[in-house]
Amino acid sequence: MTAFYGVELPTAFMLGTAQYPSPAILGEAFRESAASVATVSVRREAAGAQAGEGFWRLIRDLGVHVLPNTAGCHSPSEAITTAKMARELFETDWIKLEVIGHSDSLQPDPFGLVEAAASLCRGGFKVFPYTTEDLVLADRLLDAGCEVLMPWGAPIGTGLGLVNPYGLRSLRAQYPDVPMVIDAGLGLPSQAAQAMEMGFDAVLLNTAVAKAGDPVAMAIAFAKAIEAGKLARNADPMDPRDMAAPSTPLIGKAFLQ
Amino acid sequence: MKISINGVAKDVTSTNLAAILHEAGYGDARVATAVNGQFVPVGQRESCPIEAGDQVEIVAPRQGG
Repeated sequence: MTAFYGVELPTAFMLGTAQYPSPAILGEAFRESAASVATVSVRREAAGAQAGEGFWRLIRDLGVHVLPNTAGCHSPSEAITTAKMARELFETDWIKLEVIGHSDSLQPDPFGLVEAAASLCRGGFKVFPYTTEDLVLADRLLDAGCEVLMPWGAPIGTGLGLVNPYGLRSLRAQYPDVPMVIDAGLGLPSQAAQAMEMGFDAVLLNTAVAKAGDPVAMAIAFAKAIEAGKLARNADPMDPRDMAAPSTPLIGKAFLQ
Repeated sequence: MKISINGVAKDVTSTNLAAILHEAGYGDARVATAVNGQFVPVGQRESCPIEAGDQVEIVAPRQGG
């Protein structure tokens, strides 16, 4: 079982907490899927609202690991301040570091990401950087002190799946011992299974479950697909080949004219 | 004096962050704070001076992906 900053998770399913039809459905999706990590955020609180306290109680009662994010941050300084506020609120050193560089694709800003990651790692954070499949960027993030990488499958919220399988395979092969989570862009359980079959250690998603017609059923479907993909990877899949090879023995076949 | 709290202009009389939170009605809410873009831990709010024009951010746990 892969450890993320020394924590062995009971399942390879990390699930977001946004966009659900109701808090009750959010809770049921987590319980039924056995997702082991919940991503959360920090946002402005109105005086007297107490919305944050209610949400915090809901998440705490799920009994899962909490991974706060810096979603929406476009500069290292903004992400660093957000991370520090999240650490105080959620009482964890874990941070899903997002430094967005392109507003349409929500592609990470590689330069800002490395700068923020280095600062946060120096400050004792356990950084889960939301990154691309770029090998050089991965190298810089590891140099900065990150012990986990979270390459995107596709842009956030698109549901396109693994749009660059070659790049992801290369990243996996280049750093076989670095825990990696496919984060963002998945729309279907089969895509999560594909990620796990490729050797990734976990999958993080939100929209595909929360915006499904039946979020609880979709969360269960993803959980089963992630488990299936992990089992398949560990079962050492056959190598593909170009030409057919009969699976039924030819020896003993009746000679018929 | 006029300051900004979560992007909204406010008139306040308090001069440190802890007192500002109390004056603005946050009470004992579970919030984290930043002043002019810099994080201010809970333990440093009382010693954090607030001056006219300062930008105070007050955040709480929320849903996220």
